[in-house]
Amino acid sequence: MFERLTDRIQGAIRGLRGQGKITEGNIQEGLRSVRLALLEADVHVSVVRDFLEGVKTRALGEEVLQSLSPDQHFIKILYDELQRVLGEGSARLKFPDMPPGILMLVGLQGSGKTTTAGKLARHFLADGHPCLLVPADVYRPAARQQLETVGKAVGAQVFQPEPGDGPVAICKKAVAEAKRKGSHRVIIDTAGRLNIDEVLMEELAQIVRAVAPHESLYVADAMAGQSAMATVKAFHEKVDLTGVILSKADGDARGGAILSVKAVTGLPVKFVGVGEKYDALEAFYPDRMASRILGMGDVLSLIEKAQSTVDAKEAEEMARRLKRAEFTLEDFRSQLRQMRKMGPLEQVLGMIPGLGAMRGVDPSQIDERRLKRVEAILDSMTAYEREHHQVINGSRRKRIALGAGVAVSEVNQVLKQYLTMRKMMLQFKKTGLKGMRRMLGGVGR
Amino acid sequence: MIGKIRLGLKKTREALTDRLAGLFSRPSEQGEATLEELEEVLLTADVGIETIHRLLDRLPKESRSGGSGLKEALRQRMLGLYPPPPPKEGPPPKPWVQLFVGVNGVGKTTTIGKLAAQRVSAGQRGVLAAADTFRAAAVEQLEIWSKRSGSELVRQKEGADPAAVAFDAVQRAVAKGLDFVLIDTAGRLHVKHNLMEELAKVHRVVGRALPGCPHQVSLVLDATTGQNGLSQARQFTARVPVSDLVLTKLDGTAKGGIALSIAAELGLPIRYVGVGEKVDDLVPFDAQEYVAGLLA
Repeated sequence: MFERLTDRIQGAIRGLRGQGKITEGNIQEGLRSVRLALLEADVHVSVVRDFLEGVKTRALGEEVLQSLSPDQHFIKILYDELQRVLGEGSARLKFPDMPPGILMLVGLQGSGKTTTAGKLARHFLADGHPCLLVPADVYRPAARQQLETVGKAVGAQVFQPEPGDGPVAICKKAVAEAKRKGSHRVIIDTAGRLNIDEVLMEELAQIVRAVAPHESLYVADAMAGQSAMATVKAFHEKVDLTGVILSKADGDARGGAILSVKAVTGLPVKFVGVGEKYDALEAFYPDRMASRILGMGDVLSLIEKAQSTVDAKEAEEMARRLKRAEFTLEDFRSQLRQMRKMGPLEQVLGMIPGLGAMRGVDPSQIDERRLKRVEAILDSMTAYEREHHQVINGSRRKRIALGAGVAVSEVNQVLKQYLTMRKMMLQFKKTGLKGMRRMLGGVGR
Repeated sequence: MIGKIRLGLKKTREALTDRLAGLFSRPSEQGEATLEELEEVLLTADVGIETIHRLLDRLPKESRSGGSGLKEALRQRMLGLYPPPPPKEGPPPKPWVQLFVGVNGVGKTTTIGKLAAQRVSAGQRGVLAAADTFRAAAVEQLEIWSKRSGSELVRQKEGADPAAVAFDAVQRAVAKGLDFVLIDTAGRLHVKHNLMEELAKVHRVVGRALPGCPHQVSLVLDATTGQNGLSQARQFTARVPVSDLVLTKLDGTAKGGIALSIAAELGLPIRYVGVGEKVDDLVPFDAQEYVAGLLA
């Protein structure tokens, strides 16, 4: 989401390389690029202004650290400032010990409240908390049916309102039912509304007075523009929000609106929605986001994601083999599978540092189908062949190609790629991430 | 009708007016400073950055110092960015097949519902195609709109092939001699390769049901969208021949300025503007009115 912003800032910073120190003159170009990048990312103009002012003051006022070159120093300052705006620490949802914990989702039409409600329910259920989804949207056609479908998909209960009940009554009764049935979490899905619609905004305030939600979360579209700031402000004034969920962050929108939201409300971002599936909900870590903006990549998120999908045993085995300096086709295959398990490759690659700045690697261009073919080729080998790649001669190649339904040349290509990877893998300990990055960039193309 | 746009843009106008009023009324000593302020005003309205620079670069020298000349020059420049309206042709083919595309949550289904209601009250008969077979209860939502508007509905079960649904709808309209087919598709982020391929397939298959159709492909754009709107429009036009834009949710603080950039870069006219939740809150777009509204 922030890739292009990262590119821009890196471009500006490259201009500083080789200069002796940061001066008013040589920082101008850098600041201009950063300004443009932030504006193109939909960061609100006033936030951009404050942000750049802070960067400039610090950059000029501070002694360049002995250990850093001016461009590195500029990055450090940008990073610090970004982190300051984004806030610190991961923000958890806060519920009382005594259930039910009540959560309310609010926002504009089409921001993704209902889908997010389903994701949250799944999240709570995975933690062992029974949930009750509450359809408080009585306006949009089929909004209730949508929540019911969502509830069925994630295995959460959905409150059944009585005909004629308004949103406030629905919420009250739902909370009572949650208490009766022992639901731990109540998730209120409100109707989308405009911040200038006074009647509907007042309705939100009434719901708050009636059921006093412990968490009132604003669902913010990652594609939102400059109006995001005024909108979230209006909602905040009316319902005393406790946090923000950034939705649709799996697109190419740079999501700068979230910077504005943070700057204006100071509210923590509690989750980020990264897809249409119900497990596509990630924690938000401001420090990681700042790293990502500055091209340091979102390594921690990647590791976390890998940990939750990769079989711990397999990972251990892999680490053991790596230490013994082995990397067989069998390892190649299990790596490929684990990578695919982590989700769409473009999403995974987006988290790898430096990829955004790498020339010619557009993560979205990497062909998933090609990966499938590679897997098919590996599957067509015998277990012995996968452990001992040296034995794969011409006739074996022909057989493998037939088995996978590909041309022999493609088998050759995969073997060649494997050998390159193997070489890099074995150097992995020495080169660190650089090798890994090059390797991943090559697989899908 | 025009009054509706005015109403929808009122907020927009008020916000812009406060800031522009200052600019236009006092000639500035420093032309550059004024331009910078102007840039910010347009940025705040979500006009694309390149468009803004194009607009400001070409402002005649004498008007750069501010005052009313600046406003008129800017208005003319903004109007000049809009593609001219297409020439009126003969009677539209029957059925008129219109495909609606866009990212998630922009208001495709609602737009279709409003448009169907307007067409029916103008004496037409038509069918809605529930080709959003992915999102939970999307079919039910369209079904309610079909009842409200008095149009027919073609649906299959959730998860069905959207192209098949669209194909059936067109066939039915042909067989029954209906006037229009409005095809609802699932919202999809423009960066999702497979989903965009699926959309291209819907378009292709519809053309097989009736050669030459769809006659119109409308990209629905949320007015609260920022700079990303341009990327959306580029990607969608790359996959399906988008013919125009529908700008929704223009009834809030959102200014929908990115539509100006889309119109300028891709030559896509804005056909309709959604300014509220009621059926007749979908109004034909008027460039004069829109630009005037932004600068009034």
